[in-house]
Amino acid sequence: MTTGDIKVDYLARVEGEGALDIRVKDGEIVDLKLRIFEPPRFFQGFLVGRKYDEVPGIVSRICGICPVSHQITAIQALEDAFGVRPSLQTKRLRKLLALSQWIQSHTLHIYMLALPDFLGYESILAMAQDHMDAVKRALKLKRLGNDLTVLLGGREVHPVTAVINGFTSLPPVEELRAIQRRLEDALDDAVETVRLCASLEVPDFSWDAEHVALRSEEGYAVNEGRLVSTKGLDIPAWEYRSHIKEKQVPHSNALHSYIVGRGSFLVGPLARVNLNADRLSPRAKEAMKASGVRFPSFNPFHSALARAIELVHAIEESIRIIDDLDELVPEDSGYSIKPGQGFAITEAPRGALYHSYKVNDQGLIEAADIVSPTAHNVNNMEEDLRRFVPRVLDLPHDEATLKCEMVVRNYDPCISCSVHFLKLNIVRE
Amino acid sequence: MSTKLKVSVYKLSSCAGCQLEFLNLEPVLLDLVGAIEFSYFPMARRRYEPGPYDIGFVEGAVTCGEEIERLKKARQECRILVALGSCACYGGLPSIKNWTPERVIVSRVYENSSLIHSIKAYGIDEYVQVDAYLKGCPVNKDELVEFIKGTLLGIRPRLRPHSVCVECKLNEYECISVIKREPCMGPVTTAGCGALCPSRGKACDGCRGPANDANAESLARTFSEYGLHRSDIVRRFRKFAGLTQEFSRGADAV
Repeated sequence: MTTGDIKVDYLARVEGEGALDIRVKDGEIVDLKLRIFEPPRFFQGFLVGRKYDEVPGIVSRICGICPVSHQITAIQALEDAFGVRPSLQTKRLRKLLALSQWIQSHTLHIYMLALPDFLGYESILAMAQDHMDAVKRALKLKRLGNDLTVLLGGREVHPVTAVINGFTSLPPVEELRAIQRRLEDALDDAVETVRLCASLEVPDFSWDAEHVALRSEEGYAVNEGRLVSTKGLDIPAWEYRSHIKEKQVPHSNALHSYIVGRGSFLVGPLARVNLNADRLSPRAKEAMKASGVRFPSFNPFHSALARAIELVHAIEESIRIIDDLDELVPEDSGYSIKPGQGFAITEAPRGALYHSYKVNDQGLIEAADIVSPTAHNVNNMEEDLRRFVPRVLDLPHDEATLKCEMVVRNYDPCISCSVHFLKLNIVRE
Repeated sequence: MSTKLKVSVYKLSSCAGCQLEFLNLEPVLLDLVGAIEFSYFPMARRRYEPGPYDIGFVEGAVTCGEEIERLKKARQECRILVALGSCACYGGLPSIKNWTPERVIVSRVYENSSLIHSIKAYGIDEYVQVDAYLKGCPVNKDELVEFIKGTLLGIRPRLRPHSVCVECKLNEYECISVIKREPCMGPVTTAGCGALCPSRGKACDGCRGPANDANAESLARTFSEYGLHRSDIVRRFRKFAGLTQEFSRGADAV
């Protein structure tokens, strides 16, 4: 099968809608397009004219899997515009909220979206018969992340309490202590997840892609820090647009992101572990070492392992934060609005997320600029595929299709987020 | 009954949060898949079985022509078609754009609008007959389970027609509207969320759409008395369910 088409018409086990078209002639790729047909919902368009305090609740709805990241990034961008500096308590609670979503989202991706490929099942439901322990561990970890989100935010999907300069309600300290015990109990499950991911056979596939992540003096960066890369990028959030731009491509509703003067880049757990391994929690460092894989790794198939290492980190870090939250006191969350522009970047479960807003003197949004992790990654996914596809062209069609899907699923693409994403179509001429 | 109910989950223009609620049913998920079969659920399964299906859950608003075709096909292959969440029920947040010319909205995001084929955002009943509405942004998990149980038992599921206010009072939460004089949408919004936002010190956002006999005009006048500018009142009603008759009346009342 050196000539013809590979078409994946609707990529499964990703969040959103996309397809992959590959045209092959005499064993060479003539054309490769990751088509994203998830229709645009125009958040950036209809945010214009809405009021500043509605923004966190509205942008939450960009993504049902990482609503917390969109909320926190929007809140921090607006705080930047207004010159509001939230308290230490608010920052700690925000980080705990963000980590709760990492736990939920990483577990969802590792066990429900990625693992079935590696173990040869079509879904986690099909895995249940042979791997009941793993399935139960997945449900336990995912519920734990969700319960922590509910405790802090009121519900799993689109939580409601995070606002500019604080929270509308604080969790009872005794409930935080109770969930801390569950987190302590789950640490071994997370370490077991690293062991499982390290045992998976992955293709030997590396190339010199640029990895981009936040880096902070305050530990493994989540909600703060400078945007750095493996090729020398080192900028604060407000300089983002001077270095990272997007171009529209005819075959996709997702804009393609690139670093000026260089090209595509990768964000997400693999980039974060590569750039911030020295800041991981002790158990996460131990688990990383025990995995036998050396980081930095430029093999995108190590993404699931990086995600599992971060799962250990997120749980251990959450335990530490709850230790710091001795007592929670209601704080004055007042602030005044002023016209201007604000910028923020945070690390969503899938990678760096950028928000910027222009606000007028009445508190109305004049312009919104939102670039999600998957929007950052789409361009690099195509690059991965261009390099990976030649090695699967001789495989039977079904197997080739599965391998291409795995390349895309490495990124845990969140397609709803990036549209403004999959099916595989290989045309063999 | 030896055969499981065949369930399909479709995605239109949406954030996937409502279909994620199926996977967020961790404590009962394994029991659930003992009673129903997710025959078509691309976010969770790679393989799918062709229809017909017993229940089809449609998530998302309709925002392009291609989705109308997919929706009509979904209607044909499902015995019971359910609007899953406020986008499918009313157009949801994407419907905010409906009051701005489409080309203005498109040009704010894309340089070349000729490549974008987008239409006004509507709920699915604009195009097909819908058998049940599960409201909310996102849908409430308990209501989702209640609906599936009802269908399994062949009885009408207990979905609340009254307003969020009723649930809020039953739970004895402090009234955000009366005590803090904040513009709460609770009096006109369908219950079923357990008055979540008021329970967390926040005014209801109206994400579940209009309750039965919602008096939106009266609430709009109250907001006006609270000192809200007309444009603030219009924004409140034209958010998750601005296209509904009830919320339209609220937006036009002052």
